[in-house]
Amino acid sequence: MGAEVSTAEAEEAHVHDDHHHELPFWKKYIFSTDHKIIGYQYGITALIFLFIGFYLMMVMRWSIAHPDKELPAVLAFFLNKSWLSDQGLVTGDLYNMFGAMHGTIMVFLGIVPLAFGAFGNFVTPLQIGAPDMAFPRLNMASYWAYYLGGILMLASFLLPSGAAEAGWTMYSPLATTAQLDEVNLWFTGQTFWLFGMVCLISSSLLGAVNFISTIINLRCRGMTWMRMPFFVWAMLVTGFLLLLAFPPLEVAAVMQLMDRLAGASFFIPTGLNFSGAGSVDAGLLDVAGGGSPLLFQHLFWFLAHPEVYVLILPAIAIVGEIIPNNIRRPVWGYKSMVYAVMVLGFLAFIVWAHHMYLTGMGNVVSTFFQATTVIISIPSVILLTCLFISLWGGSIRFTVPMLWALAFLPMFGFGGLTGLPLAFNLIDLHLHDTYYVIAHFHYIVAPGTIFGLFAGIYYWFPKATGRMMNNKLGHLHFWPSLIAMNGIFLPMFVQGMSGFHRRWYDGGVNYDEITSRILFEEGSFFANLFKDGRAIEMIDLNVFMTFFVWVLCIAQFPFIFNFFHSIFRGRKADGDNPWRATTLEWSAPNCPPHGNFVNEPIAYRGPYEYSVPGYKDDYTPQFERGNDGVILGEEDPPADAAKNAH
Amino acid sequence: MQLLGIINEMIGLPELASEHGSMVDHMLEVVHWLVAALLFGWTGFFVYCLVRFRKKRHPKADYHGVQGHASHHVEVAVVVIEAILLLGFALPLWAQRITDYPSGPDVVRVRAVGEQFKWTMHYPGPDNKFGLAKSDLISGANPLGIDWEDINAKDDFVYTELVLPVDRECIVTVTSKDVIHNLALHPMRMAQDAIPGSVADMWFRPVATGRWQTICGQLCGAGHSGMVGYLEVMAQKDFDAWYKDNVPSAKEDNPLKAAPEGDADGAS
Repeated sequence: MGAEVSTAEAEEAHVHDDHHHELPFWKKYIFSTDHKIIGYQYGITALIFLFIGFYLMMVMRWSIAHPDKELPAVLAFFLNKSWLSDQGLVTGDLYNMFGAMHGTIMVFLGIVPLAFGAFGNFVTPLQIGAPDMAFPRLNMASYWAYYLGGILMLASFLLPSGAAEAGWTMYSPLATTAQLDEVNLWFTGQTFWLFGMVCLISSSLLGAVNFISTIINLRCRGMTWMRMPFFVWAMLVTGFLLLLAFPPLEVAAVMQLMDRLAGASFFIPTGLNFSGAGSVDAGLLDVAGGGSPLLFQHLFWFLAHPEVYVLILPAIAIVGEIIPNNIRRPVWGYKSMVYAVMVLGFLAFIVWAHHMYLTGMGNVVSTFFQATTVIISIPSVILLTCLFISLWGGSIRFTVPMLWALAFLPMFGFGGLTGLPLAFNLIDLHLHDTYYVIAHFHYIVAPGTIFGLFAGIYYWFPKATGRMMNNKLGHLHFWPSLIAMNGIFLPMFVQGMSGFHRRWYDGGVNYDEITSRILFEEGSFFANLFKDGRAIEMIDLNVFMTFFVWVLCIAQFPFIFNFFHSIFRGRKADGDNPWRATTLEWSAPNCPPHGNFVNEPIAYRGPYEYSVPGYKDDYTPQFERGNDGVILGEEDPPADAAKNAH
Repeated sequence: MQLLGIINEMIGLPELASEHGSMVDHMLEVVHWLVAALLFGWTGFFVYCLVRFRKKRHPKADYHGVQGHASHHVEVAVVVIEAILLLGFALPLWAQRITDYPSGPDVVRVRAVGEQFKWTMHYPGPDNKFGLAKSDLISGANPLGIDWEDINAKDDFVYTELVLPVDRECIVTVTSKDVIHNLALHPMRMAQDAIPGSVADMWFRPVATGRWQTICGQLCGAGHSGMVGYLEVMAQKDFDAWYKDNVPSAKEDNPLKAAPEGDADGAS
C-alpha cells in the first residue's frame, strides 16, 4: 500500500497545481489521497451519522417519557410502521434496536471518525509541517472501510429483522441468539452489525498506523517532540490506543460471527434452554456449547475502555489548542500534560474490568482493577487542572470556539468526577447500569467531547474554507445546547441513585416502587406549575428530560445552516491566521493546496508562545523566526541549521 | 450521621434493608463529598478566572501565569483522599465480602435462576442441599430442570419470589437459563449478573422486613423492562412457616414433584 510522500514529491505535486494540471473531480474529491479532503469526507460523514444517532435517541426518549402516547409523526415518518405497535407506540424490540444502534453509531460512526478521522486527518499533518500523511492511499482505504462499515450499519435497518438489538455491547448469548428466527441468518441486523464492526475496526487500524508513522517520521525541521502541539501528542497516544485495543474486538466480532453463522460456540455455554418468551424457540438451544459468555465481555471491554479515551483525548486536545489561543498565554504545564496523556494511554489498557464488577469478582482481581481505576483518575485530573490553571493571568477572548472549549471544562470535569463513585466495586453494585452511569459517560462524551468537537469545527473552519462561521448563529447554537445538555443529563444522576435502570423502553412504569417516589408534594409550587397540582414523581423527570431533547434538537439548526451558509457566503477570513495563533497550520494558506505549505515550514520554538515578554505582538508563531532577531530559548535553532532536519 | 447523609438524602437513595448496605451508603456519601468539593472548587476557580481575566478587564496576558505550587498541593491532596477512599474504604469493604463469607447450617441458601423474562427461585429444603438441576430436564412443569431422582432434591422446591428471613446471612446463587440477566436488589445494595453456564454467589444479611421489587439489571431482550421480581424479607417465624408450607413432604401432592417421570419427554 501507499508509498511515503517526501517533501520533494509534495513540492512536485504543488508545482503541478500551479500548472493547472487539475485532477479529475472523482480523484480530487471522491477517491482522494489528500489528507485534507479525507478529513472533510470523514467530517461530513461523521456529522451525518451524529444526526442519525441523535434521531434514534429522540425516538427512544419519546418512548421513555410517553410510553402510552403515539410517536409523533415527525419522528415516525422515517420508521417502518410495522415496527410500531398497533397504537403507534414504540415497542421493546424497537427500543432495543435503536438503543443498540444509537450507541454504535454515536461511538464508532460519529465521534471517533469526527475526532480522529476528521480533525486528526486535517490538523495533524498541518501542525507538524508535513505535506500529507505518511501513507496517503492507506488513508483513503481507511475512509472507505469506514464508509463501507457505515453503509452496512445503515443497511441493517432495511432488513426484515431490523438492525442489531442487543445493546451496543452485544453481550453473548443475547447477541448471538437474537434474530435467530429469521430465515437467512446472513441477512439479519445482528450479523450485519458484526460485519460492519469488522470494517470499522479495520478502518481504525489503518488510520492508527498512518497517524503513528506520520507523527514519528514526517515532522518538519525544528519540530522536536517537546515542540509538538498538544493536539499532536494526543493523536499519537490515540493512535496507539486504537492500534492496540481494537484487534481484540475485531477477533471477538469474528468469533461471534462464527457462533452465529458457522455453528461455533466461542461464547455460548452448554445447555441454554429458552422459555420461548423472546425471539428464540422454547427448549434447548441446538449448539455445541462449551463457550464462555464472560470471554466476550473481556474482549469487548478490553477494547471499549481504551475506546473511551479515544473519544476523549482528541476533544481535550482540541480544547488544549483553543484555550491558549484565546487566553493569549501559553498552556500551563505543557510538559505535565504530555506526560499525563502518555500515562493515561498506558493505564487505559488495565482498567477494563471495572465495567464488569457485576459479574462477581474475587479479592485480587477486584483490588487490582479498583486500584488502577482510581490511579487513572490522577492523569485525568492533571490534564483538566492544567487547562483550568491556564486561564489564570490570561486575557480571555470569548470567541465562539472558546465558548465551546470553556464549556467543555466543567462539563467534562463533572462527567469525570462522577466516575469516581463508579470506580469502587461495592458501591458500583448499587449504581451499575443505572441512569447514574448513563449520565456519567454522557457528560464526558456529549457536553464533553461533542462540545470539544464543535469548538474545533468553529476554530479550524477558516483554515479549511477561508471563511469564518457566523458569530450570532454560533451563540444561538451554543447557549441553548449548553442548557439543554444539562437539562437532559443532570436529572439522570438523581434517577440513577434512586435505582432507575437503563434500557427500560417504557421509562420504568413497571417498577412503580422506585419510579413513583415523590419529588415535589401535591400542591407544591412545582406541582402547581407543571402537573395541575398533582405530586411530581421521580418518573416525571423523564418528561422534563425529553423536553430538553427537543430543545437540543432545535438548537442544532443554527449550526447546520451556519455550516453550509458560511462555506459559500461566510465572511472572508482575515488572512491565513485569523485567530492570531501560533501553531504551524496557520502558516499554510487557507484551503491549503496539495502539499500544504508554500514555503518550507520550520518550527523555531514551542507551540504556545503567546504574550512573550519583550515582543510587541501578543503571539509569536512557531513558524516565525523572530522579529528583532532575538533567538528565544536555548533549544531554538538558527533558521539555516540542518541539525534538526529529519 | 445527619450531616453525613445529606447528599444521599438530597438525591434520594432507595430504602436500605441490609447490614453491609449502611457502609455502601456511607461510602457513597463520602465519595460524593469529594466529588462536590472538587466540582465546586474547580467551578469557583473557573468562574473567577473568566470574570477577572476577561479581555476588557485584563487586556495584557501574563506569560508566566500561576507561579506558586498551590495546584501541586491540591493535586497531592486529591491523591491522598483517593488513596484513603481506596485503601480505607473500598478495598477493605470488598475484602470483607470475601473473607466474611458466611458458612454453616444457619445460612439461608437460594438459587436464583433468570430466564426471559422472569426469575425462579430454587430452595434447597431442610437439608440445605440443592438437588441437581439439568437443562435437558427443563419443562413447563419443572422450570428449573431439577432432577427429582437426586437424593438432595427430595425436599427441594421452587418459588416465584425471593423470600428470605430477617437477620440471617443469606447466600443467593445466581445463574441463568438463557441469556445474561442481573438480579439487582437495591434495598440490599447488592446486584449480581446471572450468566448462563456459570454460577455466582452474592451474600448479604437483611436487617428489616418488607417487600420490594427486584430489577433485572442487564438487557435481556424485548421484555427486559417488564422483568420485575419480588423480594420479601420476613420475620424468622413467618419464614419458617412459609418454608414448611412449601417443602414437599412424602405424601405431598406438590405439582412440581407429582410427575417426575413425565417430565423427561416434555423437556426435549
